[in-house]
Amino acid sequence: MRRFLIPGLVVAAAVALLALLAFGVSSQSTNSSIDSAVAHGTRPPAPNASTALPILGASGKETLTDLRGRVVVLNVFASWCGPCRAEAPILDQEQRTLLRHGGTVLGVTYLDNSSDSEAFIRQEHITYPVVRDVSGNFVRSFGSTGVPETFIIDRNGRIAALRRYELAGNWLQRAVTPILADKS
Amino acid sequence: MTRRRQSLAALLIATATIGAGLPAGAVAATPRTSLTAIWNEVMCVSCHEPLSVAQSPQAYAERNFIRTLVAQGYTKAQIERALVAQYGPSVLGKPPAQGFNLTVYVLPPAILLVGIAILIVTLPRWRRRSRDGAAAQAATTTGSLSPADERRLEEELSHYPG
Repeated sequence: MRRFLIPGLVVAAAVALLALLAFGVSSQSTNSSIDSAVAHGTRPPAPNASTALPILGASGKETLTDLRGRVVVLNVFASWCGPCRAEAPILDQEQRTLLRHGGTVLGVTYLDNSSDSEAFIRQEHITYPVVRDVSGNFVRSFGSTGVPETFIIDRNGRIAALRRYELAGNWLQRAVTPILADKS
Repeated sequence: MTRRRQSLAALLIATATIGAGLPAGAVAATPRTSLTAIWNEVMCVSCHEPLSVAQSPQAYAERNFIRTLVAQGYTKAQIERALVAQYGPSVLGKPPAQGFNLTVYVLPPAILLVGIAILIVTLPRWRRRSRDGAAAQAATTTGSLSPADERRLEEELSHYPG
C-alpha cells in the first residue's frame, strides 16, 4: 500500500493542476451565448443589468435596471478606436429619434482613460449619456472582445439585436424601428 | 555686509527671472520617473502585450497617458495606481495577489517544496535499495560456483605465476 502513496500523490497533484488550468482557460473564454440566442430569434436578458457604472464626467452612476421600460442602444466604444469615431454621428442621430420615443443611446467607454473619453465626447459633439466600465466586467458579460459593439435592449431589458463591429448604412435605424414600435 | 546683500538680491532676481521664463508646470513638477521605467511592468489592455512592445492604437493612448503623468511629477507607484483606476487591474503586468490570481504566487513555490519533500523521502530509499541490490548480487555471484567449477578455477589460476 505504501509503495503506491507517492505515485498516487504525484498523479493527484497532476490532475489538480490540469483542473486548475481548465478552470483558468474556461473563465477567460468568450461568452457567445448571446449571439446564438439573438440569431435564433430569442431575446436573452441583458447581463449585469444591476451593475452601477460611473457616469463619465459626473459623480453619479447608472444601471441598465434604471432604464427599464425604455429602448436602449448600448454602444461600447473607446476614444482611440477609429471605427468608433466613424459611427459616432450615426449614434447621435439615432439619439434624437430615440428621445422622441422615450429611449436613449447609452455609451460605455472601455479600455480607455477618462480624459481621452471626455475629449472624444467633446470632439464628436455626443449628446447621449456615457458611462465607464473600468474593470471591463460589464462589457465582457455581453461577450465583447473589442470595440465598437452595439446592443439594442428592448423595454423589458432583453437584448433584441446586436452588432459586433462598426455601424454602417442604416442597420441601426432598421433594427431599432420595430423594437420602438413593439410596446409590450 | 552691503556687498553680501547685493549678491543675495541679485541671486533672488536671477532665480525669479529663470522661473518666469519657464512654463508653470515645469517649475512645479520635476519628473520622478520615466515612461521606460514603467512600460515593462504594465500591459496594453486591448492587445494583452507588455506596453513596451505593443503597437495598437490603445497602447499609444496608454503611453501618452503615462507621459502626461510623468510630466506632472507623479511617482512610479502613483502612475501605476492611476493606471489601475483608469484601465482596471488587468493593466498591471503582475496580477494582484487575490482570488484566482493567488495561484500565480502560491503554486510555483508549493510545487517546488513538494518536489523537494518527495526527493528527501525517496532518494535515501532508492539509494538503500540499490545498495542492497548490489550486495545481494555480489553474494549470489560468489556463491554460484559449484565445487567442481571452483576446483577448475583454482587449477586454471595455478598456471599463472604470482
